[in-house]
Amino acid sequence: MSAHDHDHDHDHGSELSEVQLRVRALETVLTEKGYVDPTVLDRIVEHFETRVGPHVGARIVARAWTDPAFRAALLADATRAVNESGSFEPIGDHLVAVENTPEQHNVVVCTLCSCYPWDVLGLPPVWYKSAPYRSRVVMDPRSVLADFRVSLPEGTRVRVWDSTAETRYLVVPERPAGTDGWSEERLAALVTRDSMIGTGLALDPAEVSS
Amino acid sequence: MNAMHDLGGMQGFGPVREEQNEPVFHAPWEGRVLGMVRSLLYTREWNIDEFRSMQERVPARTYLTVSYYHRWLLSITASALAHGLVTADELEAGRASGQPKAVAQTMTPGKEKVAFVRGAFGRTPAGEARFKPGDRVHTRNLHPAGHTRLPRYARDKIGTIERVHGCHVFPDAVVAGRGEDPQWLYAVAFDGRELWGSDADPALVVSIDAFEPYLEHA
Repeated sequence: MSAHDHDHDHDHGSELSEVQLRVRALETVLTEKGYVDPTVLDRIVEHFETRVGPHVGARIVARAWTDPAFRAALLADATRAVNESGSFEPIGDHLVAVENTPEQHNVVVCTLCSCYPWDVLGLPPVWYKSAPYRSRVVMDPRSVLADFRVSLPEGTRVRVWDSTAETRYLVVPERPAGTDGWSEERLAALVTRDSMIGTGLALDPAEVSS
Repeated sequence: MNAMHDLGGMQGFGPVREEQNEPVFHAPWEGRVLGMVRSLLYTREWNIDEFRSMQERVPARTYLTVSYYHRWLLSITASALAHGLVTADELEAGRASGQPKAVAQTMTPGKEKVAFVRGAFGRTPAGEARFKPGDRVHTRNLHPAGHTRLPRYARDKIGTIERVHGCHVFPDAVVAGRGEDPQWLYAVAFDGRELWGSDADPALVVSIDAFEPYLEHA
């Protein structure tokens, strides 16, 4: 597939260089006037590139799969459960964990902007912020799931959570069969980013090498 | 305002395409924009609600054709100009020429951890919640010219209160200059057929998080 064999919305070619120049000009002026500090910008970039990401959420889900008390606490008040467990970096307020069951599959979106649980999943992928996803998933989520090659039984209720306020949603996917006795660490490797948004399922154990 | 950002239920945008092995940033400038967004929020010249409102004011055609971080760049540039942090001449020249405006605080090295943690939006309620889980509610048919978090597809619909999230800062009031005006916030669930008509998937339920002023008893 060539570099341009896609139609998502990041910049290309001459627009990129023009944007680069505008970003540099803005950063320079803001820095010279003391409103921003380039070292701080470096650290913010480093934080989001290296420290937070779906691996954080995956550990939380794996804990919920193996520890019934933690699971119950997580579903009751996710922020409190994560912060009181002592096992994870502290996260911000109003995280809500919603659990997939054989009867109900949860999907998260922000139709108005791109609200996303940064604390536990890192920065959102481009598709999550895109018009195709935000427009269609509240109306026809099964067709969106089909774009992700996910097909649910007809009777399964699809529950879409539109993050229109400062609550943030984390999907707890169903634990795959054939993982009895697995450690939290092994289980976490089955928990993909998309499975925690609801556009994917946790990986089948056969899909990952042991 | 009924602008391009309010995308729920629009049709014709094509398939959702996932990028394999997508990087966190597609170019270094995207990370610089994120860093500036967080740093400028810290100055308290504007807040997250005003930042979202500025993005909603990006013209429709631009909104749909520029990337996410480019939209952020347009928004913070417009805000920095409007708040007198920079001038158009300075941006054109790429260097500062005027004196800086005094701001409440700046994010200097050592303070960046604030940028890593979400703000807290819960507030002490002034009164009791008007609704409880299980209550049937009617979303008001509101079309304000300013900022709102009630999406068009969920206006003038019947839903059910599913969760009470507590009392939160009310973005509509913040952007309108009325202060935080904290309001009870609810997860309101709608049957897919209420939103999209009788042909909709009968196994679909959609919820929004709705502030109390958006709701009345059904």
